[in-house]
Amino acid sequence: MNPENMLMLAAILFAIGGMGVMLRRNALVAFMCVELMLNAANLALVAAALMHGRLDGQVASFFVMVVAAAEVVVGLAIIVTIYRTRRTTSVDDANLLNL
Amino acid sequence: MTLLETLVQPVAATGMFANAWWMIGAPLAVAAILLLAGRVADAWGHFLAVAAVVFSFAVAACLFAQLLGRAVDARIVESQLFTWFSVGAWTFDVGLQVDPLSILFALLITGVGSLIHIYSIGYMAHDPRRRRFFAYLNLFVAAMLTLVLANNYLILFVGWEGVGLASYLLISFWQEKHSAAAAGVKAFVMNRVGDFGMLLAIFSMLVMFGGSSFTAVNHGAANLPPLWATLIGLFLLLGACGKSAQVPLQAWLLDAMEGPTPVSALIHAATMVTAGVYLVVRSHVLFEQSAIAQTAVVLVGTVTLLAGAWIGTSQDDIKKVLAGSTMSQIGYMMLAAGIGPAGYAFAIFHLLTHGFFKANMFLGAGSVMHGMHDDVNMRNYGRLAQYMKYTYWTFFCGYIAIIGVPLTAGFFSKDHIIEAAFHHNLIIGLCALLGAGITAFYMTRLMFMTFWSEKRWEPGVHPHESPKVMTIPLVVLAVLSLVGGAAMNWWIQTWLEPAAGNHAHEVALFTPIGGVTIAVVAAGVALGWYVFGRNPIPKVAPASRNPFTLVGRNVLYGDLINDSVAVKPTYALGRAAVATDDAALDGAVDGLARGFGGLSVVVRKLQTGYARSYALTMTTGVLLAAVVLILSQLA
Repeated sequence: MNPENMLMLAAILFAIGGMGVMLRRNALVAFMCVELMLNAANLALVAAALMHGRLDGQVASFFVMVVAAAEVVVGLAIIVTIYRTRRTTSVDDANLLNL
Repeated sequence: MTLLETLVQPVAATGMFANAWWMIGAPLAVAAILLLAGRVADAWGHFLAVAAVVFSFAVAACLFAQLLGRAVDARIVESQLFTWFSVGAWTFDVGLQVDPLSILFALLITGVGSLIHIYSIGYMAHDPRRRRFFAYLNLFVAAMLTLVLANNYLILFVGWEGVGLASYLLISFWQEKHSAAAAGVKAFVMNRVGDFGMLLAIFSMLVMFGGSSFTAVNHGAANLPPLWATLIGLFLLLGACGKSAQVPLQAWLLDAMEGPTPVSALIHAATMVTAGVYLVVRSHVLFEQSAIAQTAVVLVGTVTLLAGAWIGTSQDDIKKVLAGSTMSQIGYMMLAAGIGPAGYAFAIFHLLTHGFFKANMFLGAGSVMHGMHDDVNMRNYGRLAQYMKYTYWTFFCGYIAIIGVPLTAGFFSKDHIIEAAFHHNLIIGLCALLGAGITAFYMTRLMFMTFWSEKRWEPGVHPHESPKVMTIPLVVLAVLSLVGGAAMNWWIQTWLEPAAGNHAHEVALFTPIGGVTIAVVAAGVALGWYVFGRNPIPKVAPASRNPFTLVGRNVLYGDLINDSVAVKPTYALGRAAVATDDAALDGAVDGLARGFGGLSVVVRKLQTGYARSYALTMTTGVLLAAVVLILSQLA
């Protein structure tokens, strides 16, 4: 498998995730898009590790997974709490910090 | 009578001279005790204060006797006490110098001071803050002795400031009176102007001589560039003008009469205001290097002796007449001190006799006020000679002494000055002669308005003689006013030689100029009788269109001049500074703050609260950063 294709795939996934975060209103979907971006980064790391024949990238991807897992715990808790108080998960409605 | 060829060198202090600091220490310690002890000391504080000054007088008399016994060239005794501080190459020592000049001052300060302390026991008997009054008096005596006993200009300046402080505290002693509080501040501020001159003089000495001790200054003066000699002389003269109420810094002295009368007698007649004369005589080596500075001293003295006499002719407040007279007499001393070697001894001679008769008359005025319910307006007096015998006769002794009736104290000292002034310059001499005539005129006026003529008392006033504790000092001072001149006339010039330099002695009594002086004085007395003695004196000052009277009543418009020359420009400067501060400095700071405020109104609109727009911003930023990085890599 050509590592360049893996990098292209990672870029496409990252772009999809980024667009999702910016365009989707549903907090859960936006959250999933963030996960998508993280995994795109993981893919890029693993591809780089393959290209250079070293393990550093693979180890880094484990760290990213751990961070992602922790983030899910906190993020989902926040989303559930917002849903309980406001009966919606739209990120546009959670705008108390504006003027 | 040997003339000394050179300046006498100081010798180190031995024996009693090493204890010269007792003179300063005793009143200083008592002042501290009285101020710190609080009400405990109310009952006995004044006795302690009197004891301290009498003790200082005893020490001074002891030292004086020892000096008399010493050889002429061993009469300047210096005792180093300790090093005050040293910075870099500078070392400032605290030392005392007992010499013929300073010991005379010490005797005058402690002697007249003792009498005035005793008098104050009676005068302040009913004052609730008598203890504090005596503490301040003792503080003054200590500071004044520091001034005259110091062996360098820096310590002299410490005493100089100390007497200024004591003068301020005592002028505004009755602080509940607004006029007294204001007078104290006025004296303090006007003295600051003079102190500025003193400081500049001391700084100049430190630069030019490498030290401020009298020895260093006397030795270095010969090699001083003329410009610096003139500058230092003028700076010292400015200091002397401030302290001695000489024109142009004269305006504070009349207001200083707001203080209790013993204060006026001690500080504003006998001792403190003569510090300027002391300074000029002490610095005579410097003044001799500069003809300009000497001429300035003569001019200041001449102008002041006429100005003070002028004020004295038109005031109705008995103390203010005496204050004008004090200015005038100090003007004589300044004149003598500026004339040169011939005048120094006369300046000091007149200073001593003036200390006697003016303290006598001020205390007499206090005694009159004591009997007249603290009224100071002479238009409410009259015929007091019958009711206050001791006060009248002692005051009369002062009167004949100040106008210079032959063989009284003022006759000897003032005639010498007039004589020397004529030898110096005809116009100056005529001014001094005229001053003597005016002195006779205003003192006669004072005598008529107070002791002679008819009763003009306010209803309910019953004049009575003051208690013995007040009249005995008066009697002592009256005797000194009569015999003080004759006692010192043949002696003082020789005595002062080690300190004031040598010169041909003048002891002649009845010279042609002396005869003319007596004639002028007699004319002044006659004029005084003609104007004030023939007819009853009006109870209200008559309206006058006479410009001389108007100017005199308004104290030569000194306040007006100060107001327009100093006060108004200072206020204007202050207002301009405030305006600049408000507009420029505060404006800049406020404008900056307003700018940030306006900017934040604009910038905070970016905080929309929409998470997605934040995400967009962040992504855009990252992309931009990436583009820049990539482009920079390519370039």
